[in-house]
Amino acid sequence: MSALLGVDSVTKVFGGVRAVDGCSLEVAEGTVTGLIGPNGSGKTTLFNIVTGYLRADSGQVQFDAHRVTGTDPGRLYRMGLSRTFQQARVFPQLSVLENLVVAAGYGWSQLFSRRVSRGDRAQAEQLLEEFRLAPVADLLAAELSYGQRKLLEFAAVLMSSPRLVLLDEPTAGVNPVMIETMERHIRSRHAAGITFLVVEHDMTFVMRLCDPVIVLDAGKQIFSGQPAEVQANPQVLDAYLGA
Amino acid sequence: MTRWGLGRGGGFFLVLVALPLFGLQHWVVNLLVFVLMYATMSSAWNLVGGFAGYPSLGHAAFFGIGAYTMALMFHGDVLGSGYEPFIMLPVIALVAAAIGVPIALVSMRTRADVFAIVTITFLFMVQTLAFNLRSLTGGSQGISLPIPPFDAATFERPFYYVLVLLLAVAMLLTFGALHSKVGLALVAVRADEDKARGVGVRVTGVKVLAFSVSVGLTAMVGAVWSYYESFIYPQFAVDPLITIAVVLMTFLGGRATLWGPVLGAFILEAGQQTLAYRLGGSQFYLIAYALVFLVIMLVLPRGILPTLEDRLRMRRRAREVDGAQTPAVELLASDEDKVALPHGGRP
Ligand SMILES: Nc1ncnc2c1ncn2[C@@H]1O[C@H](COP(=O)(O)OP(=O)(O)O)[C@@H](O)[C@H]1O
Ligand SMILES: [Mg+2]
Repeated sequence: MSALLGVDSVTKVFGGVRAVDGCSLEVAEGTVTGLIGPNGSGKTTLFNIVTGYLRADSGQVQFDAHRVTGTDPGRLYRMGLSRTFQQARVFPQLSVLENLVVAAGYGWSQLFSRRVSRGDRAQAEQLLEEFRLAPVADLLAAELSYGQRKLLEFAAVLMSSPRLVLLDEPTAGVNPVMIETMERHIRSRHAAGITFLVVEHDMTFVMRLCDPVIVLDAGKQIFSGQPAEVQANPQVLDAYLGA
Repeated sequence: MTRWGLGRGGGFFLVLVALPLFGLQHWVVNLLVFVLMYATMSSAWNLVGGFAGYPSLGHAAFFGIGAYTMALMFHGDVLGSGYEPFIMLPVIALVAAAIGVPIALVSMRTRADVFAIVTITFLFMVQTLAFNLRSLTGGSQGISLPIPPFDAATFERPFYYVLVLLLAVAMLLTFGALHSKVGLALVAVRADEDKARGVGVRVTGVKVLAFSVSVGLTAMVGAVWSYYESFIYPQFAVDPLITIAVVLMTFLGGRATLWGPVLGAFILEAGQQTLAYRLGGSQFYLIAYALVFLVIMLVLPRGILPTLEDRLRMRRRAREVDGAQTPAVELLASDEDKVALPHGGRP
């Protein structure tokens, strides 16, 4: 298996904080890779660099055998690299359906076509059904609960048929039923061929779902391996217990 | 598009077309000319300030660019029918839109308050140029245009009808934006531009498009104004008060709506012109503007139309709940997350 995503000695410093510190890691195609680490270990910052939201101070990012360091997020999205945010980000003034359509990655020629065409509706329909958002399709995203917004954000980034999806804490702040729903969706999309990199604090969730698991501490990868080995690793225990 | 919406638009423009035929007094037609100018400019501003959420304070610069382009084209000419200047309007729009592209590319890298400051700086730059490029603009002496050779009895009519046409164009473009993916993209930009960029929305493209269309429309209004006035001075052609009026009208009627800016312009400009006519060219309207702004901020922070729409939406929602078992409502009610539950103890 080749690496779909490669991060090579990436460093990002904020003032005096080395948020990401010479970090290297790989995500193999076809996996659900877990990315864990204590709060402030640089997971979100790493996501921001990989998806083009932040410029790394040094180091390289590769996606699908292309060097994509510093590439615009929109361009990466159209290349098949998409992500969700730790604080679910949807467009509150757009309806649920429109939130899906706007994320379809349409080009210039389509910009002047209907706001929501019949084709858009058909394309969104399946996702709406799958994510059980069909009954609320015409509500404004602002009217959804937080958990539903997380689902919507996830569903929306699938509109562009991505190859790799980065999820930043998909279950944080949502109820247990919603957590199971989220897990089911990740599994079914994984079965459909999408690779995932998932940041998550809920360990049981990570153990059930992810293989391999990468552990980050102080901006560096300190472990990468099977989920079963993670809890036995002394370095990981040190990182979590703050030794 | 609903049939009701079509009817409303058609009716509105029918009334506008018919109005001058009722033998209105000159000051009333003159008032309507200014109302139409502001309605068109507010609609145009709304594309950038309303839909895209970029509060430009520099639009009056493009009003001035339009006014001076018109003046330079026809200064010293002798007109035949008097319609020649109107025929040049599309050219003036293109000139202003083209100037708008680099301005948008630079200024729209900033946001919100910084963007407002960058654009108002541009406004003062253009004003300074208008004062100082004397060989071109005549400086503070002003520059003349040919006197429109129209019949005195119906002098305002050609201007009036050209402005009705410009308003129609501005509203059609707004309507087009609302009902195409341009509008979808603009709303996404306003809501969360970084997120929009990250889901492949052509963020820079739609921003620049909205800006240059908007300033092209604004420049045409400036051009019509300069011909109407026959003589223009820098302090009136490039006037920050124009920008402020347009912003206020759009806020009053409702940003990012089709009718809001038009409604706001009809209320404020008609009010101001009437006051000026009755009280005789006073500066009271500046105080009135300040008051209107306060009222909007306190009572109608989103403007008249969005507030009304919200009320309607809420009433409809309430009726749905009464009607029981609407799946949408059920789903919303059954969902009570955001409770951070402990994850331990689960298999
Ligand atoms: N924009 C920023 N400015 C300054 N410091 C930041 C910024 N973003 C993150 N940090 C710091 O970088 C470190 C890593 O943060 P983050 O990537 O959010 O960690 P994680 O997602 O693993 O909890 C933290 O110490 C955080 O305070
Ligand atoms: Mg984080």
